[in-house]
Amino acid sequence: MNQELNKNFASGHSACAGCGFPTIVRTILNESKYPVVVANATGCLEVTSTLYPFTAWKVPYIHSAFENAGATISGIERAYKALKKKKNPPAGGKKIKFVAFSGDGGTFDIGLQALSGALERGHDFVYVVYDNGGYMNTGNQRSSATPYGANTETTPAGSKTIGKIETRKNLMEIVNAHGINYLAQANVAYLPDLKMKAQKAFETKGPSFLLVFSPCTNNWKFPTSQYVNIAKLATETNFWPLYEIEKGKYKINKIIENPKPIAEFLKTQGRFKHLFEKKNRKVLENIQEMVDEEWNRLVNLNK
Amino acid sequence: MNIMEKGAIIKYNPQKAPRTGDWAFMVPEVKKEKCVGCATCVQFCPEAAISMEHITRNPVKPDGHGASTEQKKKATVDYDFCKGCGVCATVCPNKAIIMKKK
Repeated sequence: MNQELNKNFASGHSACAGCGFPTIVRTILNESKYPVVVANATGCLEVTSTLYPFTAWKVPYIHSAFENAGATISGIERAYKALKKKKNPPAGGKKIKFVAFSGDGGTFDIGLQALSGALERGHDFVYVVYDNGGYMNTGNQRSSATPYGANTETTPAGSKTIGKIETRKNLMEIVNAHGINYLAQANVAYLPDLKMKAQKAFETKGPSFLLVFSPCTNNWKFPTSQYVNIAKLATETNFWPLYEIEKGKYKINKIIENPKPIAEFLKTQGRFKHLFEKKNRKVLENIQEMVDEEWNRLVNLNK
Repeated sequence: MNIMEKGAIIKYNPQKAPRTGDWAFMVPEVKKEKCVGCATCVQFCPEAAISMEHITRNPVKPDGHGASTEQKKKATVDYDFCKGCGVCATVCPNKAIIMKKK
């Protein structure tokens, strides 16, 4: 195994072959100059990395429940701050960075309240979401991060419906409304960009937030070897623009000259297969319109 | 007195780490002569099972003498942990990794 990459998160975890998030976890944690403490919400990452009696984490790690990664990490941060004032503080009172990892279910839906509270109180932590658009470890139930038109266990596509009929929740705007100093949307296929954003997030004083695109081979239904290609397509079709918001100022990190049609991204995955039937042609056009609209909104904010 | 009760802590133990290599159906094989050492596969490998290792070769020159030591970085796969997903073979820009049945 690669010792350098295994510094914080080791091999031997049981994430599916060809999963995107181990790369995200390693890349982000390796960018920290300070020791890190990790809190984790329930999700794929938690169940696959902490198979009793083994742990893949080489850093201090805590998991308490699904809904409270934000509350857990703020508790740790405040406790460390209090202990620092006492005699013989743990870790010699050095600077420590606090990181919370969570899936989209544990952030968009279940953990939103805990996250909002932690952001509002202004704890010094980095919150990372690996967004695979659904509750993947329980068998592909829809979440509010599942894209429009996706076929999931709880929104099955059929003769009467096209799958999920609601659009994705815009979490970036929700988090931005808390007025935090740094938040960014990144993609696992663009690692230099992700590294740069992780560095910025670690340097930010107070809360910072990263939303990272993480393809799921099992439930998006694509071959295990394709996660990088699909993640790349998501950005090339403007489905997942790379941008950051620093103190309220928007910046698009990668402007695609000639964005590909969204169908290029959708046709790589089995969960959108039904959209390519003749009767659903209108739906495809709708999705393209939605993507363009969102991109134009971002471009306007970028000015 | 210790005010904080000690909890159960599980420490990372490389001996206990599940050998996920037995999941693999297909395994990657690195064509050493094609590998240019760019390390693209290393960072995208979900298991971090690939490392770049220095490989020393002694190519003998056509005239028979003056063998030079050439050092190159080549990708090496740890089959103890490789789950055989095939991501490395897909991202390799030089098609130096091919998937073979185990």
